Amino acid sequence: MAQSLDRLRESPSQTAGPYVHIGLTPNFCGIGGVYPTDLGATMVNDKTKGERIGLRIRVLDGTGTPLKDALIEIWQADADGLYNSPAELRGTADPNFFGWGRCATDMDTGLCAFETIKPGRVPFRDGSLMAPHITLWIVARGINLGLHTRLYFSDEEKANAGDAILARIEHRIRVPTLIAERQGDTYVFDVHLQGEKETVFFDS
Amino acid sequence: MPAESGSNRRPETGAFFQRDRTWHPPVLTPNYKTSVLRSPQKAPLSFDNTLSEIAGPVFGHAMLGELDADLIHNFARPGESALGERIIIYGRVLDERGVGVPGALLEFWQANAGGRYRHKKDGYLAPLDPNFGGCGRTITGEDGGYAFRTVKPGPYPWPNGPNDWRPSHIHFSVFGHGFAQRLITQMYFEGDPLIWQCPIVRGIPDKAAIETLIATLDMQATIPFDARAYKFDIVLRGRRASLFENRLEGN
Repeated sequence: MAQSLDRLRESPSQTAGPYVHIGLTPNFCGIGGVYPTDLGATMVNDKTKGERIGLRIRVLDGTGTPLKDALIEIWQADADGLYNSPAELRGTADPNFFGWGRCATDMDTGLCAFETIKPGRVPFRDGSLMAPHITLWIVARGINLGLHTRLYFSDEEKANAGDAILARIEHRIRVPTLIAERQGDTYVFDVHLQGEKETVFFDS
Repeated sequence: MPAESGSNRRPETGAFFQRDRTWHPPVLTPNYKTSVLRSPQKAPLSFDNTLSEIAGPVFGHAMLGELDADLIHNFARPGESALGERIIIYGRVLDERGVGVPGALLEFWQANAGGRYRHKKDGYLAPLDPNFGGCGRTITGEDGGYAFRTVKPGPYPWPNGPNDWRPSHIHFSVFGHGFAQRLITQMYFEGDPLIWQCPIVRGIPDKAAIETLIATLDMQATIPFDARAYKFDIVLRGRRASLFENRLEGN
């Protein structure tokens, strides 16, 4: 028998359960006094560079009903396309933009609202520029492994057409599931967990 | 929020090992009923990590409060403490190479000793403990180590089958160094017979995988006449060789 590779295996994922907000957004669900604020609630300040935008995101189940117990995290580059991360080797990101946000869906409407900036473009592995996008991670009761996808922008048609990831989607009819619709300075994005309009989720 | 890691180690910039989806519970686990309408039916789009997945935010120790890792006291009234079996949970966050992950943000939440969550939608008959909030957080040290104090959560019934009970468990959210390492899991307690009957646990296909989520009682790490200790290690995706910085075209 050949030698062992001596590797560990990733801890198996488990659902975040119905009360993920107790742990990740305690102030949102009425547990005050433990942390001053919920992490990720504020993404921009007065000095953040870039175009201010709002995101209005819903997650819909197989019947089309919005999830009222989900939690969404987003991760994005700054206005110049730089990530505020040690893995960013191309330059220093805007110190006034952390790039990460966390939001619970509204317990009545299922709506999740972020106030952020339009991200710049980030290179794909071959050096070509990807279209502006925001990485999404969605957890909720009934989701056994956090769902990973992206939000692209409806007013970036040309960039979207040249995006290396969007180009990988064999069934072109599904590409619009990743594109948020611009309404004024807000982008509206529905994530469909199942059905004809099922969002393209990523295994990356 | 400042991006300070608290670690002297050079940041790694490589892509992550591919995720073994057969080791995780499949998206559709019908005995866990909520998964039926919330599980994507189409195959996910596979691609190698781009910078968007390789990079991730860094959470600084400066954001931590003094009692963030002490659930016995972080919600309690002055001079009081949460009710229940006092325990310490400790362990390391490692990656698949066995390397400790420093600066990982760990967040945890749980029911109280009676099995009741502090949430308006939890209608279980067990009482709320006025001195227990049920959440805490910490950031791993240079070797990936962490520890926190809490009370052992109680098991509770839940509306899945007519008589389904969750084993005692603590939810863990883990933020490593790249967004692709993001993981939420649950920790169970050694010796609990409910583990093997739970539809959520049984969604994990491999018994050996389930066993990695069961914390071990460690009587050498107790605080005598105060708290028992359980050891729980968490493994995140490993990094492939850090060739990305030298070869922007990819490995």
